[in-house]
Amino acid sequence: MIYDTFISPFVEFEFMRRALVGTLALALGAGPIGVFLMLRRMSLVGDAMAHAILPGAAIGFLLSGLNLFAMTAGGLIAGFVIALAAGLIARATELKEDASLAAFFLISLAVGVTIVSVRGTNIDLLHFLFGTVLALDDQTLVLIAAIASITLAALALIYRPLLLECVDPGYLRSVSRAGGPAHIAFLALVVINLVGGFHALGTLLAVGLMMLPAVVARFWARDISAMIVIATITGAVSGYAGLLLSFHTGVPSGPAIILVAGVLYAFSVLCGRVGGLLRQAFPGRHLEA
Amino acid sequence: MTAALRFQDLTLGYDRHPAVHHLDGAVERGALMAVCGPNGAGKSTLFKGVVGLLTPLSGGIDLNGCRVHDIAYLPQIADIDRSFPINVYDMVAMGLWRRAGLFGGIGRAAREQVHRATAAVGLRGFEERPISSLSGGQMQRTLFARLLLQDASVILLDEPFNAIDAKTTADLLEIIRRWHGEQRTVMAALHDLELIKANFPETLLLAREPVAWGRTPEVLTPENLLKARRMCEAFDTDAAECVQAA
Repeated sequence: MIYDTFISPFVEFEFMRRALVGTLALALGAGPIGVFLMLRRMSLVGDAMAHAILPGAAIGFLLSGLNLFAMTAGGLIAGFVIALAAGLIARATELKEDASLAAFFLISLAVGVTIVSVRGTNIDLLHFLFGTVLALDDQTLVLIAAIASITLAALALIYRPLLLECVDPGYLRSVSRAGGPAHIAFLALVVINLVGGFHALGTLLAVGLMMLPAVVARFWARDISAMIVIATITGAVSGYAGLLLSFHTGVPSGPAIILVAGVLYAFSVLCGRVGGLLRQAFPGRHLEA
Repeated sequence: MTAALRFQDLTLGYDRHPAVHHLDGAVERGALMAVCGPNGAGKSTLFKGVVGLLTPLSGGIDLNGCRVHDIAYLPQIADIDRSFPINVYDMVAMGLWRRAGLFGGIGRAAREQVHRATAAVGLRGFEERPISSLSGGQMQRTLFARLLLQDASVILLDEPFNAIDAKTTADLLEIIRRWHGEQRTVMAALHDLELIKANFPETLLLAREPVAWGRTPEVLTPENLLKARRMCEAFDTDAAECVQAA
């Protein structure tokens, strides 16, 4: 019974195994990135950039159909261009960065949907918006795994300046020039992870596996390294449980994964050890010192 | 005596408006110097210029062979994200940056140093506490512990005792005296005149322009202070170009 419910879908069906490997790899890279986005108060930036990837991927699709390489390249280029352009506009004009990102991502979404609709069918459009986690081919899996590996290696390299720039940017600037390059490298990591997530979960949900685990982690840990571990585990659990939910109930798998993450989030808001609602309502008697 | 820092007709500012105007002079190695003046007098600006966060509008700062890395800088506490999930130990250990850099490990000896620095500022046993749980005074002690580890020859403190109680101030002054004894150059932006008179032999009174610079009793006279207050009140958005700069 337990075996039938929890394990056999993955033993019997190859597409389930592939989906599981894909989501686990995604969780590995997106978890830590999400934690840093949250701590840098850039939670919505991830969302905006995920949408911004759409027109690039759509142009790739327009030129060469559902080709992994073309769509990935298009998505990466669009992501980097938007990230840079939003930063530049914020610096050059009075507009704040979040406002300029909001403008960019709305335009990008409209452009992307238009391009896909002109060339493709509604099925293609759904594929773009919500991904095809149950149809990951070898190439896509390799791409997602490579992105996860690059992310972890690069984060290890820029971890200190990245962290220090969040806590005490003034101090970092006084001891090192690494802050700026680290920030740009970090934005690049956000983009490649979103492109990876795009293939599995689509442009609308890619950011879900990034931000939801991060905010869940905020409710359970006071220390950044613990947060990263919790976020990664949350992402992995959401992927696994979401795929099972989708397999047994027929719910589309991408939304199922994000829904599980959403349930974990709701649970954390209620019961979280660090600032959860119940904890605040019933803190227990006060301590001696 | 050799100079640790030399200001050469230095003008620093924002958007062409000078905040420090035509400052000349030298800070001797091992000096213990207060930088005093009304709000907006350019004290923070001067420090930012010394550590290279601001490029001079004109003139320059001669660090006399000392690299920016040899300068430890304590900014005003407002620059720090106190809600960030990091504990006291890690915060203090950042002071090792110059030695550990981006990737260097922190060995047993260095860990021991972190613990000693934490104990020296009176925070023994606080190592595991997140910085979000610290009081203002404890936070300032943490930052002083980080300064201890930076082991710098020039130390700049920007209003280190703002909103800090008497006990903490006394403890931190003790650390400053220790630095002075070790021949380090210390400059501190301060407002409390009594505190300056009691602890800092040298003072620079700044009001955008330098008003006076020298031995503290000779600088902090009522006439000089009044002059400083008057000079700082004049700010003109449509100021003409400075003749001296031409």
